Amino acid sequence: MKYSKPRTEKEATDILLAEKGMAKILAGGTDILVQMKAGHIEPDLIVDIKNIPGIKDVISRDGGYEIGAAVSGYDFNINPELKSFAPGIAEAFDLIGSTQIQGRCTMVGNLCNASPAADTVPALLASNCTAKIVGPKGIRECGIEKIPIGPGKTSLDKGEFVKSIFIPSRPDFSSDAYMRLTPRSEMDIAIVSAAAFVTLDSHGVCTNATISLGAVAPTVVRVKEAALLLIGTKLNDSALSRMANECKKACKPINDKRGTIEFRSHVAGVLAKRTALLAYERAGEKIE
Amino acid sequence: MNKIRVGVSVNNDKIEFLCSPEDTVLDVLRDNLRLTGTKEGCGTGDCGACSIILDDKLVCSCLVLAGEVEGSEISTIEGMAIDGKLHPLQQNFLKHAALQCGICTPGILIAAKALLERNPDPTETEVRYWLAGNLCRCTGYDKIIRAVMDAAAEMRS
Repeated sequence: MKYSKPRTEKEATDILLAEKGMAKILAGGTDILVQMKAGHIEPDLIVDIKNIPGIKDVISRDGGYEIGAAVSGYDFNINPELKSFAPGIAEAFDLIGSTQIQGRCTMVGNLCNASPAADTVPALLASNCTAKIVGPKGIRECGIEKIPIGPGKTSLDKGEFVKSIFIPSRPDFSSDAYMRLTPRSEMDIAIVSAAAFVTLDSHGVCTNATISLGAVAPTVVRVKEAALLLIGTKLNDSALSRMANECKKACKPINDKRGTIEFRSHVAGVLAKRTALLAYERAGEKIE
Repeated sequence: MNKIRVGVSVNNDKIEFLCSPEDTVLDVLRDNLRLTGTKEGCGTGDCGACSIILDDKLVCSCLVLAGEVEGSEISTIEGMAIDGKLHPLQQNFLKHAALQCGICTPGILIAAKALLERNPDPTETEVRYWLAGNLCRCTGYDKIIRAVMDAAAEMRS
């Protein structure tokens, strides 16, 4: 195995393109080192992108924040500005692993590891985040949901890597939330997860919503039909129940010892309700 | 083989070592530098026995490649007692008998030190969450939590 530390984006894409065998990008390493030790992957080349200028930066632009690919969970969550701007993304990021893992893990890594149970991905999708991809043909940007295409698989071409994630600006009276179900309260992986983003008018009526679900399909799911049922309501019980029902229908989970199909689908609805209510409450606090 | 030369500071000593691309920081600490206080438990980031402080962040040294730490500062358990005087956390672990077999102890001490540097007055819940990534199969955790709380109180006074 070769280990390389490119100093520029161009150098990184060139090295990735030139590699004939398996090349892996290293940022926090909390997934790939585990996969290497378990013998699941045997990379020929590791490209450590942490020495590329700007890759560890958080940049405030266009009313939102661009989060570099090497920003760790710890870095994100000690930043009070980011936490109050996107509390749902912050809580999703914070749920990954232990304190030790938080010191290393990154959102871009979580996205590109392409696990259906990745914690940050539903939260990033609910907030309409985009990824900035560097590659041989230059820089392109796409919605984060276009990156994972199945368990462990991404849509990235040879030579490409994600350099940052952009959390876009939010209308007034908007907020988000993320929740997951795990057998233990710490150090576990989601059986089901849900994220919600809501925007309210000055009377507390929902004018826009996004609901996304994790670990209920090969990739993260955006449930448009469910979110539409919240628009024009104050998230009363009947609107929430109908929304939860749509979430249930959108689930295509696996059946395993951690949860049956019925259980996972049911819990997806319950978590969607709770996250929608929490996001609603957070958005409501901004009115007055 | 293509060895990598790495310069790093370990417990305030500037050192250089040669490593293979696959070597982790844990491998280098234990096998090259003979700092065997840092333990290998699971090797996959679940147990926290290999915890070190890397540039002010608590990390599992089994999940960091040695090549990554060029120019970094590392603190390990060997740097915790100063001039033969045990750190208040170490003293309180002894006082409370917060260890039995001891394999998790260096990692827990380092993790607790990292916590108290950020938060000198943590609640019991904060201590328990902070240390959730450090597994101990002997003590049942209670004595560890009490030792950390007492050490924190002592360090504040």
